[in-house]
Amino acid sequence: MKLELRGITKRFGSFTANDAIDLVVEPGEIHALLGENGAGKSTLMNVLYGLYHPDGGEILIDDKVVSFAGPADAMAAGIGMVHQHFMLVPVFTVAENVELGHEQTKGFGILDAAKARREVTEVSARYGLSVPPDALIQDLPVGVQQRVEIVKALIRNAKVLILDEPTAVLTPQETDELMEVMRTLKASGTSIVFITHKLREVRAVADRITVIRRGKVVGEASPNSSSAELASLMVGRPVQLTIEKAAHEPGDVIAEVDNVRIVDDAGQVVVDDVSFDVHAGEIYALAGVQGNGQTELTEAIIGLRPLDGGRITLSGRDITDSDVHDILRADLGYVPEDRLHDGLIGSFTVAENLVLDRYDSAEFSKGPSLDVGRIAANARQRVEEFDVRTQSVDAPGSTLSGGNQQKLVLARELSRPLKLLIVAQPTRGVDVGSTEFIHRRIVAERDGGAAVVLVSTELDEVLGLADRIGVMYRGKIIGEVPAGTSAETIGLLMAGTVPDDLPARLRDPGATATGSRTTVRTEEPL
Amino acid sequence: MSTAATTRPGDEVVIHRVVEKPMSTRRRVGIGVAISVLGLLSLLLGHNAQAHDARFDLSQGSEFFHVPDLVLPVAATAYVIGIILLAVGAYQAVRGFRPRGLRIAGTGIGALFMLAFLSWAASGGKGSTIDLLGVLENTLALAAPLILGALAGVLCERSGVINVAIEGQMLAGAWAGAMFGTLMGRFGGVLTALVAGALMGWLLAVFAIRYLVNQVVLGVVLNALSLGLTGFIYDAIMQPNANTMNTPQVFQPLQIPVLSKLPLVGPLIFDQNIIVYLMYALVILIQWGLFHSRWGLRTRAVGEHPKAADTVGINVLRVRYVNVILGGAIAGLGGAFMTLGSVGSFTKGITSGNGFIALAALIFGRWSPKGAVAASLLFGFAYELQTLLSLVAPPVAIPSYFLAMLPYLATIFAVAGLVGKVRAPGADGEPYVKE
Repeated sequence: MKLELRGITKRFGSFTANDAIDLVVEPGEIHALLGENGAGKSTLMNVLYGLYHPDGGEILIDDKVVSFAGPADAMAAGIGMVHQHFMLVPVFTVAENVELGHEQTKGFGILDAAKARREVTEVSARYGLSVPPDALIQDLPVGVQQRVEIVKALIRNAKVLILDEPTAVLTPQETDELMEVMRTLKASGTSIVFITHKLREVRAVADRITVIRRGKVVGEASPNSSSAELASLMVGRPVQLTIEKAAHEPGDVIAEVDNVRIVDDAGQVVVDDVSFDVHAGEIYALAGVQGNGQTELTEAIIGLRPLDGGRITLSGRDITDSDVHDILRADLGYVPEDRLHDGLIGSFTVAENLVLDRYDSAEFSKGPSLDVGRIAANARQRVEEFDVRTQSVDAPGSTLSGGNQQKLVLARELSRPLKLLIVAQPTRGVDVGSTEFIHRRIVAERDGGAAVVLVSTELDEVLGLADRIGVMYRGKIIGEVPAGTSAETIGLLMAGTVPDDLPARLRDPGATATGSRTTVRTEEPL
Repeated sequence: MSTAATTRPGDEVVIHRVVEKPMSTRRRVGIGVAISVLGLLSLLLGHNAQAHDARFDLSQGSEFFHVPDLVLPVAATAYVIGIILLAVGAYQAVRGFRPRGLRIAGTGIGALFMLAFLSWAASGGKGSTIDLLGVLENTLALAAPLILGALAGVLCERSGVINVAIEGQMLAGAWAGAMFGTLMGRFGGVLTALVAGALMGWLLAVFAIRYLVNQVVLGVVLNALSLGLTGFIYDAIMQPNANTMNTPQVFQPLQIPVLSKLPLVGPLIFDQNIIVYLMYALVILIQWGLFHSRWGLRTRAVGEHPKAADTVGINVLRVRYVNVILGGAIAGLGGAFMTLGSVGSFTKGITSGNGFIALAALIFGRWSPKGAVAASLLFGFAYELQTLLSLVAPPVAIPSYFLAMLPYLATIFAVAGLVGKVRAPGADGEPYVKE
């Protein structure tokens, strides 16, 4: 099946997300759509999948114009989509999710569970996509959930499969497996549109590359292009992909996390006896796939989440039971992973957001009232220093782009002297230009003598910034490795495997024990 | 690390499960103490008993054979139950049941304590006979509108729309049932009650789904609307012409041949009016349908993750409209049960909070039809207990105000204590807006 998009235009209000985009996907090819976050890749694919209606242009399948009123039409035409955020019902089984919307029935709307299960098994066997039909989605690792999404599309006879940022949630090993699956699908004649901003993956798997910037196609590239070429095409200017930093000079221990244990509301142990320390002038990275306890651990350090065991000290002071206010006063800075939810208040102005944690200090208050003049002056200075692109300091925080919101949060946290800085996913959804800037500021903070804890799921970021790396897996730090460790070793650790050649002293003793006190691993052959 | 979670396509999939968090010590001991307090109370009841025996009547007279009365020595029964409860309480405080075991144990504990309590209540003076079969029959009659109301809630909330307007839907059904039941005959009454409830459901659907009004506020407003509207019609039309407008024929019990002659269950379950039989059918149909039919799968999907349903071509809004309107109709049937199934006439605000108790039963029953039935029966029993205690003279008189509180106390304790944290459908109360 040949798919062609001609002059697709999609506007949201005055903002043009897609501006007359042309794209041709030949049968049986892997076509990469490369672009920064916010470049309009996902919008384009949502148009193709019938979720958005284009304001202009047309879609052609095998040279015939088609129009989609909704996803059902797109699916009927042979287009399948794996969304960045999986469209799976967590409390349903795999088979239920797969059959939803095109149910196997025995007539009269009565479900035929056996037939649905058979269908899932058959398709998963045909394409080598092993999924357990009766397991609940919420019990499955994300890599398997993604396979369920692919099975879901294939069972509906998708001839063109759209994968929207499929590797964002995967470990490096799972990414390799996904690429294997993509090649298998290609060999069976399925075309794939692969949306990503990761250069390595594009070069590894794509047959053709279309680069999109600010809603427009800016060029095609061959998979043989270098990373630097692709990056500059994507960003529109030459980009420095590596982070420059001097060798680090670790000082005294600033923060100590000692046997911390956290149980979440659902009763699952999410942080399992984690211990580590961070020195002054050091960046300690907590690497790992999303959802392995990093979020909970950082929330516990800042005082947002009670511990179920263990101790946290900052400069020798026990802050385990202190509240957030006291912990911030102890010179701790925190850049949360979800900046719109936890980092700033969308309806507050830029100036207000910049003093969220210090509005009550003598600097910004006059008795019981706010010193509006000083708050504004402070804002103008920070906006300038951190290059926050905003119409004015009185614009609401929510009107800023992702990268500028992140710079805003960083500007607030770095505007006072810090002993410990915690940054979680600092560059998620941030454009390449802002990423460069944010990385430089983090390194500068380290060079200024602060201890830095960096939580990141991006392997490149961890490798580029960290002086020491603790890899979290299922609530434990299963290995701690120095900077300069190979990506492969860290990738294996992220997947829960401790490589045999890892020196014994680097292994976490708890991780090698067979099963911890409360985590029971049941292995069921399916 | 042999238990690596990486799976390659084609490999067997390894599923990791994490066991439930052990209940916190405070909660475990607290529950143990509460059970022990019930045990001590039983001992006290035994000590306080006046007559030697308590007599429970278990038959109606129309069964195949006569079930003899159950005669229990009050003091001995209460003492034995007290000791059992103390032992169970101690076990819970020290070791603790698993959550599932605790639920089963909780049911048993409640039943045993009630047996001790009823024995004591019947032991006042020279002792009286409690018509236990009658108590259970009344319990079912009181629970029937709750069950129908809770089923209405199941349909709405499983598809993602919070229904606080059950009360108003029931009231509309009760009114329509009485008025049109008088004018068009009782079957016409049932039909119009369904339509009136469905119309109320439709109002909820339009404002919640199309105009995205806050669903809780909307529910409260619709209840006020229903109360005002039916009250006005009652004052203006029904009351002045009570004979021609407010005297519907009441549905009489229909005995199912053979089954109704079985001891205990016969008179209890198979000697009911047509609305109750309809209710049985609805409970079974919805319980089964939610998990085994296309309708159920789509309803649950829309209530859990509407966007996922949308991306596979399901019309989210239509599924919600259908369920909310159907739910309204079922609540309307619950209202009709009150006017056409038991009372025989409509009065202002006749539903008197039943819709809200039904909402509690829905939550207590964890959004499942069979759970809602169990919860409704419990609440129905609390109502009936109130009546019973004012009829038999227990050794110590219990103030009537306290008795009137019973059903609501039971509701609060049930929802707060026994259920703990429950998981509502993922998208319950969240309007679905396409970008």
